[in-house]
Amino acid sequence: MMLSKVAERVYWTARYLERIESTARIISIYDKLLFDLPRDVKLSWYNLITINSAQDDFNERYSVRDERNVVKFMLGDTHNSGSVISSLDAIRENIRTTRDVVLEETWELTNELSMYTRENLQQGINRSKRHEYLDNIIKGCQQILGLLYGNMPHDAAWEFLRLGRNLERADMTTRNLDAGSAAIIELAVDDSAVNVHQIIWGNVLRSLNAELSYRRSMRCAVKGNAVVQYLLEDSAFPRAIVHCYNALIDSCSRLPNSRALVTQLTKERNKLKKSPKHEKLDEPLRDYLNTLQIQLGNIHQKISEIWFPKIG
Amino acid sequence: MTIAWNEYEPGNFYDEMISSPGNARKPAQKLLSYLKSLSEGDINSRKQAAELTIREMGVSFTIYTEEGNIDRAWPFDIIPRIIAKKQWDQTAAGLRQRLQALNMFIDDLYHDQKIIKDGIIPEFVLKQSTNYRTECKNISPALGVWAHICGTDLVRHTDGNFYVLEDNLRVPSGVSYMLENRSIMKRVLPEVFEKVTIAPVGDYPARLFDMLAELSPRRVKKPVVVVLTPGIFNSAYFEHAFLAQQMGAELVEGSDLVVPEDNKVYMKTIDGLARVDVIYRRIDDVFLDPEVFRKDSVVGVPGLMRAWRAGNVALANAPGAGVADDKVIYAFVPAVIKYYLDQDPLIPNVETFLCYDEKQRQHVLNNLDTLVVKPANESGGYGMLIGPHSTKKERDQFAELIEANPRNYIAQPTLALSTAPTLVGKNIAEPRHLDLRPFILQGKETYVTTGGLTRVAMKKGSLVVNSSQGGGSKDTWIVDTEVDNK
Repeated sequence: MMLSKVAERVYWTARYLERIESTARIISIYDKLLFDLPRDVKLSWYNLITINSAQDDFNERYSVRDERNVVKFMLGDTHNSGSVISSLDAIRENIRTTRDVVLEETWELTNELSMYTRENLQQGINRSKRHEYLDNIIKGCQQILGLLYGNMPHDAAWEFLRLGRNLERADMTTRNLDAGSAAIIELAVDDSAVNVHQIIWGNVLRSLNAELSYRRSMRCAVKGNAVVQYLLEDSAFPRAIVHCYNALIDSCSRLPNSRALVTQLTKERNKLKKSPKHEKLDEPLRDYLNTLQIQLGNIHQKISEIWFPKIG
Repeated sequence: MTIAWNEYEPGNFYDEMISSPGNARKPAQKLLSYLKSLSEGDINSRKQAAELTIREMGVSFTIYTEEGNIDRAWPFDIIPRIIAKKQWDQTAAGLRQRLQALNMFIDDLYHDQKIIKDGIIPEFVLKQSTNYRTECKNISPALGVWAHICGTDLVRHTDGNFYVLEDNLRVPSGVSYMLENRSIMKRVLPEVFEKVTIAPVGDYPARLFDMLAELSPRRVKKPVVVVLTPGIFNSAYFEHAFLAQQMGAELVEGSDLVVPEDNKVYMKTIDGLARVDVIYRRIDDVFLDPEVFRKDSVVGVPGLMRAWRAGNVALANAPGAGVADDKVIYAFVPAVIKYYLDQDPLIPNVETFLCYDEKQRQHVLNNLDTLVVKPANESGGYGMLIGPHSTKKERDQFAELIEANPRNYIAQPTLALSTAPTLVGKNIAEPRHLDLRPFILQGKETYVTTGGLTRVAMKKGSLVVNSSQGGGSKDTWIVDTEVDNK
């Protein structure tokens, strides 16, 4: 027996947790990407804002689109509801109100992570200690996730955590692919483009922690087409979209009143497995990713309608 | 330099730990010698460890301010307060006696009112009681119990004896802090637990759950028990969530529950509606059900009273139980115990003057500078006059209030609350006043917590222990010296 309200809060806890980890990961990768690129290649930090569709919020608060502002906005800006600190606040609030279903230690670990993130924010904004700071945030998230994996009973709360996590993951993966594609378009005219392609797609893989598994699974060098296919269609890699879909289907089918949603998800997943091949990795790919994001947004709607409290 | 225990001076008050400079009372002797062994650095690091633990455990309480609600870390002092087991056992018996009598009294008030017919309590006292609910007349809750959970405030006087200061029969809070205080202590001063036999406190949530389950109107193996909270903005939200978690009960808000025309309570789950048997409600009577009480309540559940009256759900505490919280009624509790149980009270009341009585009122008005005046139906330490700390203007104002509505005021002598050593500086311990709130459960049996929540007035000389007004807390140890000396 699970309250609809609790289901919703648990689901959002997982989404925010995932969002924090991806945000920390993407900033940390971007840092390194900029070191790797040839000096004459100008890649803007502002891309990170675009990837997260946060242009309006950002521009309202900052006029200069530089590294410092972008990083500050993504890590510590309480006006940005997707920032790491805002997400942590949201998790605290959600866990506080669902302490009766999540493990006791989740609450303590969240408090620890929240305290660390706040007290050391400046380390994240300045470059010199940023790596260590982001690394600690990522570890903090993994610690919570690990705790839940090892100890939480696989009841309804678990399924909602899984739904939240996998939906957020799938969404983040489309955004990372989109970031790669956007960078390619931005740098298209450059002579050193071939080398740059490899650097960009390598970093997309790294930011999803997929580099090693990509090599083992695809057994080929880092090439745009292969990376896109891998991150869309692989069923074994946890952040690949087909894998996320499989998890969504599995969790939904364990929850009540889910038949129609399971059918829909299965159909979408089967289509994904035959994703169109985009040779050039430019606008048509971006359109396709955009369609996927809308599709994922729609799944969230369906989940809310079936299980979460009715509004009004 | 460690704490200078020889310079610790409790003055004219009863000190819980120190009997004469440098010497501890018997149950606290081992603790004192342990504390003496700690260096300044040790004490500091323990204190910091406690603060960090509290933040990590997220032990907090909410205070309301003009700028909104602020979540404050729980104020905690690492030097525990110690009570000898022998004395505690007697006190616990007195608390059980008191709650049993109070429940018989409440049940009588909502039925035949024998105690009024027999002239023990004047009828107008009841008539003017703001917490008497005519909606509850002739209802018979399970086991005849109305107040299932009671938090009784005890104070220790210079004579070393406990007195009852007030009973809280509506929605008493603080028990989660009692439990958390112990967890903090175990982390911060683990060595002492090896040396001293300290009675555990941890079984409260299980006792609470069992008691609640006993109230279920449905005879099912696993009745559905929920904790009903007004929500995250309530000052005691931390406790509501904590208890729900510790009991394995659902934590619900009003919007999670519905009462359809079948007069049964259901909660909204992912499977649809599910029947609820027992509600541990942490919402005041008047907000419980907008169909019956305040219509503007957004935290309540429309129809809850219908379901309760129909006997389809148990409410703990029962609506209307707060009638015995009235401080005028309080003055009659010794008579109540005598009347229903034919026993003398095991724990005395604090001497109380009733302002509705002409003679007593004159005494109060003539002695406002030495007395404490309290409104009959406030809680949280609000609306009081503490005579010795008051200004002429405040006393005049209270004199007017009393004259205007004498039934609503009582007065008590300013109590010489006991003290206990409390860390106030880096390595300075000074006496601070404190009280004790044990929690009593009554279902089929009556249960008393081992000790309770010790609240400390952190300001020098202050008698106000409420956390909303700068109070702190200590872990409370019931120590069995007879076991330790074997």
